[in-house]
Amino acid sequence: MSKGILRLENACKIYHMGRQDVKALAGVSISFRSGSFWAIMGPSGSGKSTAMNILGCLDRLSSGRYILEGRDVSALDDDTLSDLRLKRLGFIFQSFNLIPQLTVQRNIEMPLYYLGWEVTRSTSRARELAEKVGLESRLNHRPAELSGGEMQRVAIARALANDPQILLADEPTGNLDTVTGNQIMGLLLDLNQQGKTVIMVTHEPDIAAFAGQRLYMRDGAIERIEGETGETI
Amino acid sequence: MLGIENLLLHKLRSFLTMLGIVFGVGSVIAMLSVGEGASKDALEQIRKLGSENIIITSVKTMDEGTGTTTPNFLRIYGLTYEDHARITGTFKTVKQTAPAKLIRKEARLKERAMELRVVGTTPEWFDLVKRPVIAGRVIVPSDEDNQSPVAVLTEFGARKLLAAENTIGQALRIGGDYFEVIGIVKSESSETGSIQIPDQEIDVYIPLNLARIYFGDTIFRMVSGSFERERVELHQIIVRIEGTKNVESTALAIEEMLKRFHKKKDYALYVPLTLLRQAEATKRTFNIVLGSIACISLLVGGIGIMNIMLATVTERIREIGIRRAIGAKRKQIISQFLIETLVLSIAGGIIGIGMGILIPLLITCFAGMPTVITPGSIMLSLIISIGIGVIFGLYPAVRAANVDPIVALRHE
Ligand SMILES: Nc1ncnc2c1ncn2[C@@H]1O[C@H](COP(=O)(O)OP(=O)(O)OP(=O)(O)O)[C@@H](O)[C@H]1O
Ligand SMILES: [Mg+2]
Repeated sequence: MSKGILRLENACKIYHMGRQDVKALAGVSISFRSGSFWAIMGPSGSGKSTAMNILGCLDRLSSGRYILEGRDVSALDDDTLSDLRLKRLGFIFQSFNLIPQLTVQRNIEMPLYYLGWEVTRSTSRARELAEKVGLESRLNHRPAELSGGEMQRVAIARALANDPQILLADEPTGNLDTVTGNQIMGLLLDLNQQGKTVIMVTHEPDIAAFAGQRLYMRDGAIERIEGETGETI
Repeated sequence: MLGIENLLLHKLRSFLTMLGIVFGVGSVIAMLSVGEGASKDALEQIRKLGSENIIITSVKTMDEGTGTTTPNFLRIYGLTYEDHARITGTFKTVKQTAPAKLIRKEARLKERAMELRVVGTTPEWFDLVKRPVIAGRVIVPSDEDNQSPVAVLTEFGARKLLAAENTIGQALRIGGDYFEVIGIVKSESSETGSIQIPDQEIDVYIPLNLARIYFGDTIFRMVSGSFERERVELHQIIVRIEGTKNVESTALAIEEMLKRFHKKKDYALYVPLTLLRQAEATKRTFNIVLGSIACISLLVGGIGIMNIMLATVTERIREIGIRRAIGAKRKQIISQFLIETLVLSIAGGIIGIGMGILIPLLITCFAGMPTVITPGSIMLSLIISIGIGVIFGLYPAVRAANVDPIVALRHE
């Protein structure tokens, strides 16, 4: 087993739906190496989002272990998980998930607020990030005034605010056209090349082609892995 | 970043949410100030009478017979010199007494003639009914001993006679006799006349023994065309008691004694202390009633805030999910929503305080009712609105914090 920055060991997630149990994850074991770029693919309901929620410390496993940066997070309490999300992880969502009543500036600053940064420092950090995603002219706009691609760039800027090592993106291009989708992928690729570990769920093979490794899921289990250095346990 | 921005975004809604608190707090302060104003007046007057004093007055009794129709009927009633002596001599707790004999007499100062309300009294009066001396001096024991014909004008009397400081030493004719004006004292009058202040109807004081010698005890009065004769020795006795705790027991004892010597109840006892206690008790009841009404309206205001905050939590469930996903802890979500509620309730409280100050001013201005805004009621209102913010904000905030981020993010 390699020194993966994110590791699932026989990960199971079972949802109890009345009498029926839904096995959203049925014993997944995989290790994501630091600095790798993964695309998770698979049919609807195969457990991709469930896996992302586990990797993102938003949810806990029913059984098995999840080791994040060498630390078993399966049994951590809510506050500690929040802290991990705040400091180690960046999220990008299909539906952008910006806060509509806040300006672009404020949206980008939000993680910094929870990190307790001073206002002047986080203001300049937000401006810097907006420049990085090419939105420095939109800082005082509200999300409703932006296009989908711009919103997703704001979301990326927000995900980068705390300078996380790991970026998790659940269908980041799902609501975008091909051209804008490719722009977003360009950004993610850049970030990966700067050393960030990127894990992304997608339905589109074109988008998945940007990733170094591709993980195919089916019925809560790993179907196969494609790519240069893909490895399972 | 926290609640305030969201509140500003929904200005109208925030304002409507606050209204309950605004009216609640406004009515607390306004009602308390009206209550305070009403009772302050009464309490002030009672205090003017002195809480260690007992005031006994003569009361004209309605006879069984029709006295006024009989031409030479002499009506005899009221307090006597003997009563005065007995009260002064019997009770250890009685410190001082001041008798007053009221006579209406035609008086003349230089060219000015007026009917004056003349009171024969003793030097003690000026101890028990303490008023600033405007000019000259008041009656002293030697005036009594020497039977000096001296007169002390009250402010009312001085006004009627157009007397001023230079009047001191001049001769004042009362009835057929001359008195030397030796002083002028201030007068007290009550604006709302529920309680009689001892000197509110007195124009001039003369020594009691002279009043007896010169004018006697029988008064002639013209009542609807026919003469009426009355024999009243003393119209009022003011009794000063040693120690507040003895006031009520001594008043009872005096009443018992008077009952023994008077066939009819031709006297009345006023115990300012008892009146004071009653007024205070009334005020307390009043405050409790008003307070309960205000509390109910504040409760309604608080529930209104809670209701809106719960709706806000549901409406902003996605925002909560985003914040949680990004790394906000439960307690940070709690404080965000709690701060929002607090801002609403405190802002409402402050607007309410403004309203609570304005309304009594308007009441005083247009209805002429006295109002008193106490700093205590403002403090109380602020504390209450903070309390409401915490109490009614906590539950929605906890609900917000317990939102599952995954569910919240999926929420459309
Ligand atoms: N909260 C839940 N309660 C019950 N069942 C759930 C819950 N979340 C997911 N599931 C079930 O788990 C399985 C995996 O769902 P998941 O959302 O991970 O699929 P997915 O691969 O992301 O699908 P899609 O491509 O449509 O987004 C599905 O059968 C789904 O119905
Ligand atoms: Mg999904």
